[in-house]
Amino acid sequence: MSIDTIVDSTRRDVLYLSTAVLGAAGIGLAAWPFIAQMNPDDSALALASIEVDISALEEGQSITVKWRGKPVFIRLRTAAEIAEAQSVDTADLMDPLARNPNVAADAEATDGNRSAAGNEALLVLIGICTHLGCVPIGEAGDYGGWFCPCHGSHYDTSGRIRKGPAPENLYIPPFSVVSETTIKIG
Amino acid sequence: MLGQTPYQPKTWIGRWLEKRLPVISLVVDQFVSFPTPKTLNYWWTFGMVLSVMLIIQLITGIVLAMHYTPHASMAFDSIEHIMRDVQYGWLIRYMHANGASFFFLALFIHMFRCLYYGSYKAPREVLWWFGVLILLTMMTTGFTGYVLPWGQMSYWAATVITNLFSAIPEYGDEIVIWLLGGYSVDNPTLVRFYSLHYLLPMIIAALVAIHVWALHVVGSNNPTGIEPKSLDETVPFTPYATMKDIFVVAVFLLLFAWFLFFQPNYLGHPDNYIPADPLKTPPHIVPEWYFLPFYAILRAVPDKLGGVVAMFASILVLFLLPWLDWSRVRSGTFRPLFRLFFWILVADCILLGWLGAKPAEGIYVEIAQFATIYYFAHFLLVLPLLGLFDRPKRLPESITAAVATLDEKKAAAAEQAALERVMRAQDAEDRAKAGDTATAEETAKADDAAKPEPAAEAPAAGEPPGAEPAAATEDASDVQREKAAGERGSAAGAPDKKD
Amino acid sequence: MTSKLISAATCAALALVLTTATTPAKAAGESLKPPSQYWSFSGPFGRYDQAQLRRGFQVFREVCASCHGLKYIAFRNLGEPGGLEFTEDEVKAIAAEYTVQDGPNADGEMFERPAKPADRWPPPFENDVVGALANNGVAPPDASLLAKARAAERGFPSFVIDMFTTHQEAGVDYIYALLTGYEDEPPEGVEIADGLSYNPYFLGGNAIAMVPPLFDEAVEYEDGTAPTIDNYARDVAAFMMWAAEPKLEQRKFIGVWAFLYLAILGALLYLIKKKIWRRVGH
Repeated sequence: MSIDTIVDSTRRDVLYLSTAVLGAAGIGLAAWPFIAQMNPDDSALALASIEVDISALEEGQSITVKWRGKPVFIRLRTAAEIAEAQSVDTADLMDPLARNPNVAADAEATDGNRSAAGNEALLVLIGICTHLGCVPIGEAGDYGGWFCPCHGSHYDTSGRIRKGPAPENLYIPPFSVVSETTIKIG
Repeated sequence: MLGQTPYQPKTWIGRWLEKRLPVISLVVDQFVSFPTPKTLNYWWTFGMVLSVMLIIQLITGIVLAMHYTPHASMAFDSIEHIMRDVQYGWLIRYMHANGASFFFLALFIHMFRCLYYGSYKAPREVLWWFGVLILLTMMTTGFTGYVLPWGQMSYWAATVITNLFSAIPEYGDEIVIWLLGGYSVDNPTLVRFYSLHYLLPMIIAALVAIHVWALHVVGSNNPTGIEPKSLDETVPFTPYATMKDIFVVAVFLLLFAWFLFFQPNYLGHPDNYIPADPLKTPPHIVPEWYFLPFYAILRAVPDKLGGVVAMFASILVLFLLPWLDWSRVRSGTFRPLFRLFFWILVADCILLGWLGAKPAEGIYVEIAQFATIYYFAHFLLVLPLLGLFDRPKRLPESITAAVATLDEKKAAAAEQAALERVMRAQDAEDRAKAGDTATAEETAKADDAAKPEPAAEAPAAGEPPGAEPAAATEDASDVQREKAAGERGSAAGAPDKKD
Repeated sequence: MTSKLISAATCAALALVLTTATTPAKAAGESLKPPSQYWSFSGPFGRYDQAQLRRGFQVFREVCASCHGLKYIAFRNLGEPGGLEFTEDEVKAIAAEYTVQDGPNADGEMFERPAKPADRWPPPFENDVVGALANNGVAPPDASLLAKARAAERGFPSFVIDMFTTHQEAGVDYIYALLTGYEDEPPEGVEIADGLSYNPYFLGGNAIAMVPPLFDEAVEYEDGTAPTIDNYARDVAAFMMWAAEPKLEQRKFIGVWAFLYLAILGALLYLIKKKIWRRVGH
């Protein structure tokens, strides 16, 4: 083999390789918009985080708002409900975790870890039973919290599962208290 | 047609699959080793361009269907939703809208290439028919798709085109009502057009499959119009044709990108950004540019039914083309008079397109009538008569004769990369020995020229056989130059230029 | 030779047809052709002038918005990149200045509340009939697509050149010409119906139902730009282009890279093609 041949074949390999790499990269980049288009669109993203006016909410009242297509229960609990929730020993709970993304992931399911920071009366829950996704009924069940009619799960006044087939406490959405009258969910 | 190197499974799993479903050998035989005439020029690459455009249209269309709402009260808004809110929706929608235009552009180039090189002639009539069927299906798809944005142009295009059917005697009005699903273009019309617009591309894909099948039965035509007589006159489809095709696809996409990114509304019409209004027709309605010639023919005929018939006939006449052009010489390369009329036809079609965009009044109508008559005269009068009066040049005996400077040793070497390297080394040594600048190819050329050329066969109206070798060589070098011209992307078949 | 000439002529004609096809033919003796203006967003490298968009938005809010809607624009769009790029708080504050209808509430009634960023621009009139009654019998068209929905014919040879210069600004040229083109008195022999105004650029004849909307010092600019009709018209036209094509900057940004990429890929593919075909003597 002469030097010419070797030089030529190397140059050819570089040419083929670089074109193949460039072509593959181009196809990959061109594919991205077609993958990305399946994501939520901008109008849905604009509603991914909502602000809720809770100024009209009085003690012992609940409102349900829709957030990302799901019901969110916002409840201003009575003193009795708070006391009852606080009195429970976490060792007795079926699910010992707080299920609250606003506190540490391994936080215990104490009532303090479940209610809103700085306002222990305020409870914000995603209103979907952790068993099979039904919407529980408020101020019902053996523990005075929520009761899921589908398969009989009982939640207490802190939204914790106490009896029934549901494996976990009612989830809490990411939220923050913006002002005395407004909370921001999401 | 047999592949040059038929597929032989080498592994046990390959043999196992081959016995059960010979899909690998199908792909290899049809798309890798499939013999392709080596003289194909760049006009033969548009089949691949069309395949790519079809794929782009299918993918973008499926994606758009995920976001579009086919309802008269929501369609326009859902397009704006795609343009503004959907992630990259603007890109995908502009791609689909401009893609349609470039799909038709490639299709027209592909068809005029067939017309120039006589690719519709025996044995390729069925191949040609399926091509025309694809054109018809694409036109229907393009039209139904244009209605979907539900802008003013969409609405009035749907109204005008469906009303064409009211020209049918006796049952016209009933047929229009049946087509529309109502007494005017409305929601039922939109939804059925949407349904059809999703269905028809599947039919196009099926027709394309048959088209490719037919192509692979009879093989590609080539600029000489002479069938390859041996495998030496062909090259394997991959990598030779594929690489050339992919290169042209990149260039075509470059042109596409220019419009898509920098002037996506250039080929569209401003009125289609106005929501459909059944009570107000835009002052000047025009179809998309690719329908303009047909639209001009429709309007040129003063009679309602006559216009509709003429418009459909302008496409249907293409089905008869293989018999209307009965000259035994296939390629326009060797038919100077045919070539002249070919270019007049191209000019006529462009003239019709221009007239389609002009208002149907005054002098435009008369020009359109003349251009329409000429269009039909070309197929029904000029082509049959050309068979009688055209004096074709002498045809070379074969592609090999046409490509006189063919280096046979090198062509054989091309089939095996390993062999080729040895050859290259050999060449390099030869050159070193010779110590001059003459390349191996030039030497080979001199060898070929020394050999007596086979006598050129006389075509239909040609001279008696046994013409002197010199003439054949001259014709052959014509083809050579023609090919070179094709490679440069020149539209004119250069052969009539004598040195 | 003849065929060469003819083919050259046909190529030219093809270019001509491709372009004529896209612009409406001009009916005899109608509107004046709007002259081309300079726009920062023209051409492959064009970008919006953010300050101009904000000024145009101000003109739109203070003048146009009383009659023209902007229904495809949500307040959140005002904060998006490649546009006016207001901050989140500014967007909230702008939205809060408008009221939108919401509901039904617990009593089953629709109610009005301050707009939020996710809301769309509220319509100026309840419906087109109300709009028409308030405006000389013609409902003012929604402004969010006007920059793409209106264009005067470009004419020869502009439309051929447009293909190479990527001219897409016929709509804004028209809007600018229309806003600055009002004439107090129609020329001799032209009758204008009561309530209509004479505007030689108006595409639907020369009598337009929109009364001259702009006059000098109608809007107070904060950035020191001269408060003239000319500036107002230019700025609001640019704003309307953004409203019609909010993704223009992304499009052109991706476009330049895509174009460059395809050019390089094409060149490499050509080299490979040449290399491969060198094996075939021809």
